[in-house]
Amino acid sequence: MFRVASDELNSRVPDGPLQEKWDRHRFNLKLVNPANKRRFNVIVVGTGLAGSSAAASLGELGYNVKAFCFQDSPRRAHSIAAQGGINAAKNYPNDGDSVYRLFYDTIKGGDYRAREANVYRLAQVSNSIIDQCVSQGVPFAREYGGTLANRSFGGAQVSRTFYCRGQTGQQLLLGAYQALMRQVTTGKVRMFPRREMLDLIVIDGAARGIVVRNLESGKLEVHIADAVVLCTGGYGNAYYLSTNAKGCNVTAAWRCHRRGAYFANPCYTQIHPTCIPVSGDYQSKLTLMSESLRNDGRVWVPQQKNDVRVAADIPESERDYYLERRYPSFGNLAPRDIASRAAKERTDAGFGVGETGLAVYLDFRDAIARDGEDVIRRKYGNLFHMYEKITADNPYRMPMRIFPAVHYTMGGLWVDYNLMSNLPGLYVLGEANFSDHGANRLGASALMQGLSDGYFVLPSTINDYLATASLPRVVEDHPECTATMVAAETRLKKLVDTNGSRSVDSFHRELGLLMWDYCGMARNREGLQEVIPKIRDLREQFWKDVRVPGSGKGLNQSLEKAGRVADFMEFSELLAIDALHREESCGGHFREEYQTEDGEAARQDDDYSYVAGWEFEDVGEEPVLHREPLNFENVTPTTRSYK
Amino acid sequence: MSSDTLKLTLRVWRQSGPEDQGDFRTYRLEGVSTHMSFLEMLDVLNEKLIADGEEPVAFDHDCREGICGMCSLMINGQAHGPDRGTTACQLHMRRFRDGETITIEPWRASPFPVVRDLVVNRSALDRVIQSGGYVSVNTGNAQDGNCIPVASAKQEVAMDAAACIGCGACVAACKNASAMLFVSAKVSQLATLPQGHAESSKRVVNMVAAMDNEGFGSCTNTSECEAACPAEVSVSHIARLNREYSKAILFADS
Repeated sequence: MFRVASDELNSRVPDGPLQEKWDRHRFNLKLVNPANKRRFNVIVVGTGLAGSSAAASLGELGYNVKAFCFQDSPRRAHSIAAQGGINAAKNYPNDGDSVYRLFYDTIKGGDYRAREANVYRLAQVSNSIIDQCVSQGVPFAREYGGTLANRSFGGAQVSRTFYCRGQTGQQLLLGAYQALMRQVTTGKVRMFPRREMLDLIVIDGAARGIVVRNLESGKLEVHIADAVVLCTGGYGNAYYLSTNAKGCNVTAAWRCHRRGAYFANPCYTQIHPTCIPVSGDYQSKLTLMSESLRNDGRVWVPQQKNDVRVAADIPESERDYYLERRYPSFGNLAPRDIASRAAKERTDAGFGVGETGLAVYLDFRDAIARDGEDVIRRKYGNLFHMYEKITADNPYRMPMRIFPAVHYTMGGLWVDYNLMSNLPGLYVLGEANFSDHGANRLGASALMQGLSDGYFVLPSTINDYLATASLPRVVEDHPECTATMVAAETRLKKLVDTNGSRSVDSFHRELGLLMWDYCGMARNREGLQEVIPKIRDLREQFWKDVRVPGSGKGLNQSLEKAGRVADFMEFSELLAIDALHREESCGGHFREEYQTEDGEAARQDDDYSYVAGWEFEDVGEEPVLHREPLNFENVTPTTRSYK
Repeated sequence: MSSDTLKLTLRVWRQSGPEDQGDFRTYRLEGVSTHMSFLEMLDVLNEKLIADGEEPVAFDHDCREGICGMCSLMINGQAHGPDRGTTACQLHMRRFRDGETITIEPWRASPFPVVRDLVVNRSALDRVIQSGGYVSVNTGNAQDGNCIPVASAKQEVAMDAAACIGCGACVAACKNASAMLFVSAKVSQLATLPQGHAESSKRVVNMVAAMDNEGFGSCTNTSECEAACPAEVSVSHIARLNREYSKAILFADS
């Protein structure tokens, strides 16, 4: 299934005490003097929080930046949909928070599968992010005295989450987008919207450019640079249905992987417990209901199988509040992975509700009786409104129906402490890398990581590479550029010419179902061994029978989707192989063979306390496993318990 | 939640490219579940077209949860359709009647040229932001966030304006194709906050000039924009823009 390399991946984590590593490292990194910066060109792909902040900050430093996104404007990247907030260790509420506590909570929340040094740096930088965003005019919530407000979030006992109503991602992204637009005006950044990266150009072992398709004209373009920064998000859409935007895809990361970049921990996927359930075959995406609802809502299913009565007709004595039953001390506030698996257990056993039986109730009846409808409306009004808009049910009168959905992916391209992949000159930021969340991400930490990488980490580390690497001048008709462009062109032509009988979406749905059934909330050896050949078969069928109407000229949304789904077909196999190889349960990766008597995740630290970095051989060939051991010098891995 | 199905007649604008004239094509669609979102109904239409060997209808969309601002459909003559405060992606088919004819067009405004079918080019809005829709601060050691207190009432006003999703519905709904609601949302957000004060005069003058330069029309205060805005941005921000503009012109330094 896979081969194991004898070498160990070098994370290049600097020596010294945890608290001093980043400062010492920044001092030791080489600088590029201001006058020389204009001689260097950097490509940034993707304009979410990581991409926009990186492109703007590099422009401010004086580098020549080209920024790319597939949407019609950089402001549309899916960071915009993040609801809850962004964590920082400001300790404004004086409730005992500190950089060390944020670091500790994040390492523990990640089930001890993240690098200590990266996570500590993230916690250190978190406070600067808030200051930077405030100075840009991001309208964070305020107390009456005008100071910044905080709220609580999962996985922490302190209030450290900063927020802009339920639209924190939108406001942070617009802050970064505006900084980016300002650099476009200065001429330091050139913006290329409606461009999709199709391949990475590697010359003499270093990343030197990209091939993109202009989605409006259909033309392929070569762009050359001294370094390439990938900020292209996660791969949740491998499952077809997820909370991701429709356009989110793995293509840029996968193409880099095919050119030699290692893909780390692809099996770490986060399933969010509170999403609006699937209502029919036509369903195109899933919508998240903020986890904060579980503060007042009680989760239950009927005690009787296949009970068709409406919720109100089921008496109290015939309801099973299964989270409260199984986790008396945390109850409805059990962490995301636990709550999701418990919902799956009940619905698999036939206790699910709704037309499809794939839902559980989230009930506010008791909270409304206790606090009154007005209090609940003030707390959750916008979420109740959104729920009603989508389902036409009134959650003040009847319980919400919810079900877990794919939400975030912790895995991504492998990077060292400098956020550089094993390919020199290729940097990977934000959700696209694997670096900071281990096997499970805590709420309000994704925004923190994207902006940390883009505003503060990359602008320090990239100087060192540009100052020291040997970067001979490359022209756009370099043989490698031409070869890469021809390969991309050939692939597009093949997709158009196949002219089979099935639409791209029908293949994507089928792949998504396979991934959800065999590689979703719970996995086991037999299932994973079964699904790998199924993915291969589907991939073969895809290339024989896909129908992409139209041509490669001009806007062709079917062709865009076809390229992305083709890459998901290759990537999904690696995800399954990684899940099969990791014989333990940790965070978002739950292997049924590895659980305690109570059905909780059982980590196998002796064998699997490492990052799995996969090297690409060829499609359908065995990938090669490179391990990066995880050393815990400051915290001691323990078993999480929520009983 | 029982599901009913609809039989619909769709009049859809088809245009093969920017140079093509374009026209309406009529399609019939049966078995449309009332639980579908409007865009899912278009997905079903497209699957049918692909099966019939026709090219699917191109339309912009991404997040499908009402926040990215990418979807941009004129539905029966209303930007984003009949529901207030709702993007096309959040509009559901239960809003329509069995047997209804639905007309679907792209945004119609000369600064938004049609790319194909229902897809338009809205880069004019990015260029307006580039002319000054930001606070000129570099990344670095900004002062502690709490050193800039903002009264919560002011912050609420700024947030109301900042909620703009940049979809362009205000332009599409306006008989003059004015972008005043869009421009005023950014001017008002930054004029309300202390961080934006230092350059507020320059900002409003430059952004209004950029808006005119892109070919957006003048505002005649009919408030169609507010009625169409999925983020429910109020025309009171246009009033604030006008005050800011007057101040900037009357009290110019030079």
